[in-house]
Amino acid sequence: MSVQIWTYLFIFMSFGLYIAIAIWSKAGSTHDFYVAGGGVHPMTNGMATAADWMSAASFISMAGLISFLGRDGTYYLMGWTGGYVLLALMLAPYLRKFGKFTVPAFIGDRYYSQSARLVAVFCAIIVSFVYVCGQMQGAGIVFSRFLEVDITTGVVIGMAIVFFYAVLGGMKGVTYTQVAQYCVLIFAYMVPAIFISMLMTGNPIPQLGFGSELTPEFGGGYLLDRLDGISEELGFGTYTAGQKSTQDVFFITAALMFGTAGLPHVIIRFFTVPSVRDARRSAGFALVFIAILYTTAPAIAAFSKTNLMNTVNDAEYASMPAWFSTWERTRLISFDDKNGDGRIQYVGDPQRNELTVNRDIMVLANPEIANLPGWVVALVAAGALAAALSTAAGLLLVISTSISHDLLKRCLAPDITEKQELLYARGAIFVAVLIAGYFGINPPGFVAEVVAFAFGLAAASFFPAIVLGIFYSRMNRQGAVAGMLTGFCFTAAYIIYFKFINPAMSNAEHWWFGISPEGIGTLGTLLNLVVALSVCRMTAEPPQEVQTIVRNIRLPGEHLHGS
Amino acid sequence: MSDKNAHAYWRANVRIVLTLLLVWFFISFVCGILLADFLDQFRIGGFKLGFWMAQQGSIYGFIVLIYVYIRQMDKLDRKFDLDHRASSQPSRDDSTNPDQEDQA
Repeated sequence: MSVQIWTYLFIFMSFGLYIAIAIWSKAGSTHDFYVAGGGVHPMTNGMATAADWMSAASFISMAGLISFLGRDGTYYLMGWTGGYVLLALMLAPYLRKFGKFTVPAFIGDRYYSQSARLVAVFCAIIVSFVYVCGQMQGAGIVFSRFLEVDITTGVVIGMAIVFFYAVLGGMKGVTYTQVAQYCVLIFAYMVPAIFISMLMTGNPIPQLGFGSELTPEFGGGYLLDRLDGISEELGFGTYTAGQKSTQDVFFITAALMFGTAGLPHVIIRFFTVPSVRDARRSAGFALVFIAILYTTAPAIAAFSKTNLMNTVNDAEYASMPAWFSTWERTRLISFDDKNGDGRIQYVGDPQRNELTVNRDIMVLANPEIANLPGWVVALVAAGALAAALSTAAGLLLVISTSISHDLLKRCLAPDITEKQELLYARGAIFVAVLIAGYFGINPPGFVAEVVAFAFGLAAASFFPAIVLGIFYSRMNRQGAVAGMLTGFCFTAAYIIYFKFINPAMSNAEHWWFGISPEGIGTLGTLLNLVVALSVCRMTAEPPQEVQTIVRNIRLPGEHLHGS
Repeated sequence: MSDKNAHAYWRANVRIVLTLLLVWFFISFVCGILLADFLDQFRIGGFKLGFWMAQQGSIYGFIVLIYVYIRQMDKLDRKFDLDHRASSQPSRDDSTNPDQEDQA
């Protein structure tokens, strides 16, 4: 069977599965729709959280990014996993005890303020929209590359599927589909990694394989030493040493961690488990399921970088294997014979370099480069789609609950019935899917840029407000609102200035303390904390009943009665 | 639970969280970033230690931290007799029972 047929088969089967699950888990009440009835097993929720979290970027782009960043790629690895420690220890159990549906609901109730609620709704919607556009675009790219349909058709198919199961099942449908999507995506990620690890080092575990010796066909010696050697020789710098400044790596890692812990679509997943204990357990499961992919990614990065440099450097263009021309056609690889010798010079010096490689190729073309069977290649397509669709669904739910619950039910139209609220929630998903689809088809040039935005803003707005709300009972409305606004505006201004207004100035010389826009969320978070605490000191303490809420969320089981 | 007990429980909770966060900071920021170059002089197999901490070790460490936290909190809950209630607490739904929230 050809790769094409395998791809159709896998995609058809996995989509059929998602639709079947959606029909089986139809949501009947707002409680079902927002928190899946609140009875999800911690392991199930852990898997769903993992799929929710791992997006098209994690699946398609991350290993490639790491292979070009070398050790500095660690900020993605540590940033996107270390945030779960913060989530597990400082947020998830207490928010579960609080027992509401959304992040803005916590902010609004804890800070007894409609304006705090509205600020939170605004941040949640912006952050989620930025993210969901990227997912739709990812789905479109996979469709167009593997099935050779145009991007528009691809995005429309993706929209239709997400729309169907998110509208029908709400959180309940999304939870169980995400479990299926996790299984598809992790299988699709691991199979090629294991094959390649065995091929290159004889070790079936990729996490160990990239620290092992190469097989004699690949020249022997430790893989990473070999990789360091060729990288230096070609002028790319040492792979296992840092290239960026230490403080920048430090700040970017911290911003991604705080951002991870503050992202609303991840936080709301912990509202679906039955108890506080289950919320803690669920965070553990989630990190284990995520770590399987995240510890494999750096191995894939090292394998494919070695493989690529071995295959292409100083090789004759005419004798390149078949995969080279396949990916050349999609323009993910391009060759420009500058010195006209018919050979490929792949070197660090941009003047002499003749090969441009898109980072996404490291995962997408990996199975072909390693000569794996057609079904493995097709599996990668199904996995990438699972990653994109599962994250998109989680984000669309945040947008829909923010509108129907936080904005309508709690602010604008408190009198609507549960049935009406459910109708609005479904309507909001419909509109959100259309807008996301539009941006998927007509991607604004800045999608990649705004990802830094999403994390920076989540870090600088939500994270400190929630943590202070739990750990500091004296924290009041004035402090929280001032802190969130300062953190949000500062971070947004810094990113907009360096990314959009004056990109030419975006270098270490002009950055504050050498912090790139990707890492500025950390400074925003600190600023938020300082402003919140100072304003809080100068204003009245929160009312008694709010302090009682705080005392209650700190105890896992029982309700404490007023003091 | 009395106010005094609740206070003691919370203090113990905060102590656990702070201790684990110190370890969290150490394995990620200190070993994986600040001291990575220094640690690179040691090796485990084909890995330089600093590189391994940055791309593998810290992630395993994070998992261990969460599981230590789960165990410690279970122990604490048992000590303060919050255990059985913790697993049987009914979920609350604020749209059907708007008055139930913060009624404590």
